[in-house]
Amino acid sequence: MFRRLFEPQNPVAFDFEGETVTAGEDDTVAAALLAHGIRHTRTSAVSGSPRAAHCLIGACFECLVEIDGRPNRQACLTLVRPGMRVRRQAGPAAMKNGGGA
Amino acid sequence: MSDADVIVIGGGLVGASIAWGLAGEGARTLLLDEGDGALRASRGNFGLVWVQGKGLGCPEYARWSLRSADLWGDFAAELHEATGIDVGHERPGGVMLNLSGAEERENIKTLAQIRLEAGNQPYDYEMLDRRQMAELLPGIGPDVVSASYSPYDGHANPLYLLRALHAGFAAKGGRYRPGEKVEAIEAGTGATTVRTGTASYAAPRVVISAGLGTTALAAMVGVDAPIVPLHGQILVTERTAPRLALPTNLVRQTREGVMMLGYTVDDFGFDTRTRADRSRNVALGALRAFPCLRDLRVVRSWAALRIMTADGFPIYEQSEDHPGIFIATCHSGVTLAAVHARDVSRWVLGHDMPATFRRFSTRRFDVQETV
Amino acid sequence: MNASAPSADMIDLAIVGAGPAGLQAAVTACELGLSAVLLDEGAAPGGQIYRAIETAQVRPPGWRELLGEDYAKGGELVRRFRASGADYRPDHAVFDISPDGGLGVLGPDGARWIEARRILIATGAMERPVPLPGWTLPGVMGAGAAQTLLKSSGLVPGGRTVIVGSGPLLFLVARQLLAAGAGLAAILDTTPRANYRRAAPFLPGALLAGSSELRKGIAWFMAIRRGPSLYRSGVSGVGIEGSEAVEAVTFTVAGRRDRLACDLVLVHEGVVPNVQLSMAAGAEHDFSEQQVCWRPRLDTFGRTSLERLLVAGDSAGIGGAERAADAGHLAALAAAADLGLLPAADLKARARSALARISRKLALRRFLDALYRPRDEVLAPPDDETLVCRCEEVTAGELRRVAAMGCPGPNQAKAFTRCGMGPCQGRMCGLAAAAVLARASGRSMAEVGHLRVRPPIKPITVGELAGLEGVGAPPAMGPLLPTAPKDGAGA
Repeated sequence: MFRRLFEPQNPVAFDFEGETVTAGEDDTVAAALLAHGIRHTRTSAVSGSPRAAHCLIGACFECLVEIDGRPNRQACLTLVRPGMRVRRQAGPAAMKNGGGA
Repeated sequence: MSDADVIVIGGGLVGASIAWGLAGEGARTLLLDEGDGALRASRGNFGLVWVQGKGLGCPEYARWSLRSADLWGDFAAELHEATGIDVGHERPGGVMLNLSGAEERENIKTLAQIRLEAGNQPYDYEMLDRRQMAELLPGIGPDVVSASYSPYDGHANPLYLLRALHAGFAAKGGRYRPGEKVEAIEAGTGATTVRTGTASYAAPRVVISAGLGTTALAAMVGVDAPIVPLHGQILVTERTAPRLALPTNLVRQTREGVMMLGYTVDDFGFDTRTRADRSRNVALGALRAFPCLRDLRVVRSWAALRIMTADGFPIYEQSEDHPGIFIATCHSGVTLAAVHARDVSRWVLGHDMPATFRRFSTRRFDVQETV
Repeated sequence: MNASAPSADMIDLAIVGAGPAGLQAAVTACELGLSAVLLDEGAAPGGQIYRAIETAQVRPPGWRELLGEDYAKGGELVRRFRASGADYRPDHAVFDISPDGGLGVLGPDGARWIEARRILIATGAMERPVPLPGWTLPGVMGAGAAQTLLKSSGLVPGGRTVIVGSGPLLFLVARQLLAAGAGLAAILDTTPRANYRRAAPFLPGALLAGSSELRKGIAWFMAIRRGPSLYRSGVSGVGIEGSEAVEAVTFTVAGRRDRLACDLVLVHEGVVPNVQLSMAAGAEHDFSEQQVCWRPRLDTFGRTSLERLLVAGDSAGIGGAERAADAGHLAALAAAADLGLLPAADLKARARSALARISRKLALRRFLDALYRPRDEVLAPPDDETLVCRCEEVTAGELRRVAAMGCPGPNQAKAFTRCGMGPCQGRMCGLAAAAVLARASGRSMAEVGHLRVRPPIKPITVGELAGLEGVGAPPAMGPLLPTAPKDGAGA
């Protein structure tokens, strides 16, 4: 859906659900995923419908993804880092640790 | 010529519950309410339908709370039938968490005393040790020394409750007038006139259930109803995958998966602003109870003003000078919604006043002089 | 109270936002000897309009021409800011504000409460949310959003793109994308035909005030008309089709329904001020019928109804980058004067040219606001199935249902429907929800009112909030509460 006008000078590689994504060092996670052709980056916690970045400036909270195990991070406000592990935010955040459920 | 059989002043949980009950009894009821910016304690509510710990030194209140909690299931079902709205009532029991030895001792003492004061009425509760807590409350933190469990406790969605009460009231023929703040009440022979900024209405019976506005309105009919606002602050998190089956006094998970974290108690007058340090305190307390909340995002904080009487118990009073004018106010609008709908509405319509009610008249505040 | 007593090293002016207003305010404040801190959630200065302006230097040739001269001007302002000596804190988001000069700030090292003698909010604007049928599908974004991707990462749409809406930014973005080699299948202009008539009386004033801006706009427009993209005007009834993502856009022109297959829809109906912080602080706001949005009530220097709070730039009202810089300058002057650090005569002298420029351009602004006033259907979606609240998935129909019940405003509507309770806390749905309620009850937006804004204004975790520094020690271990109500439960 989006293509690059120029190749990144210092590319950064990170992981998206097992795939390696190559990004520019100034890219936000949202931009990098769009350039990589990812269409939806979360499923709604209310209905499960597929959602993706909409405003790209941190106002709409649609671009929520899981980054390095932390849920619901705004991809459009987070710069890529080498070795980052990004996953779609599937539904609501899950709380970690603590026994039981 | 009266505009209604009963005028209810105040469209919060107390007024709306009474109004719903009145309409259900066939009374022509007019419900007057303020606008969107009202100090709406009903929108600032933790959502507990709670019994345990209530009524220390006042067994009538403990009984009153338990009666309401017992009636709540049917109350919710009637609302659902009339409106299609599910107010999310669940009664899995509830837990009060003790974060220190001092809290634990206070907790044990209070519950034992309430049980004693209950006389030959059952009053069930159980102290939970760490192993029992770990089973019932996965993720409970190491700082929680013990907890008390009561099978009588539960929770509901107070916002859906308010919506359902309004919808149900309308469905039963009640008339609702928002944006009409009452400025004067004039008792007359046979009927009372209520004046708002734009109109005036008359009815033989009037209920004043206007939350913090009750004091001023009650004074107009010769009733002294001293109420103070008590600031309470809550944090609300994003939705999270369900894990907390039981409501606790500090943390509660809603049906939507949102965690509500509470609570604070402060005297800031009528200021409903949130304070950053109080938010910090609530977050700290919640983390001590459930460390696994750490990475959950806080989406909103809000503060509301509790409707607090000097002893914390409700006021139910009929004006002596002007019979037919009733005052009803409390700070447990959710828990008591069921008895407000059923018992208080019947009291307003002239049925016998339960003995319990007399305990909640404002004359109890005069007692200090005779002591 | 929230913080300990003010200390000798209290900040004179805390500025929130590193766009043109904030940057210029910092420069002016430092020139006058104030201690100024500039807080910005982004990693680099420039805000939205000058986004990535510093990295623009290392872009391929032609980049400057592509983004235009207006953008390039930002580079000079950022250079002056870097040289100003202001305490610049990027990656710091302001999540709370109190009217007595406090700010809750979340940075990489955690959350901290800071105090300043004056606070300047310069948080700019966002694109007006446009609730359309299907607008939550992947592949629908703002035209400004596409421009952000272009500026920051050099991305352009690569598939079949339709741009739909109205306003100067729409034409600018369309022109930029075409110049960058992105194909645009169509440009659908929703500007109501009646707007041309309504704006005509303001045209002579606009020509006097901003002939160069108007010439530029016309040039963009002509470039688009001459280009290969399909152009339609007077478009209404826009809807978006697709199951998992955008597949097509539908619309009405000249009474006929039409449909265009596409995989990206860029929507734009102007921009509206970010009023979250100013509302959270409790400043007075008014609804502007001219710009169809909420704005803080300000004097000419940007002072709000709260003594310690000022607002400048697009978060005060839409006026563009140059006006924003002038407004930032004026706000810094006012702060200095109010703190006794600038004599009144100097204030007048230093304010003169900025005030004159702003005044001159007012007529242009009036013309643009009239010409690009959104259609009613953009403000209050007519179709009941259209989602107004994206986060909690509340439809226009649901809001009309509670309006019919007598729901007086968006706060009660929120309580009843959850509209506004999600992560965006009403940014995307607040205006539309109020508009739906207003239309349904025959009241004005001002009468219906706005959502109450509460902290946190930016996301913060329970753990981060628990670690908030600068607000005094937490209560000792044991009962967290001074006294609890006698009946045990807190609620």
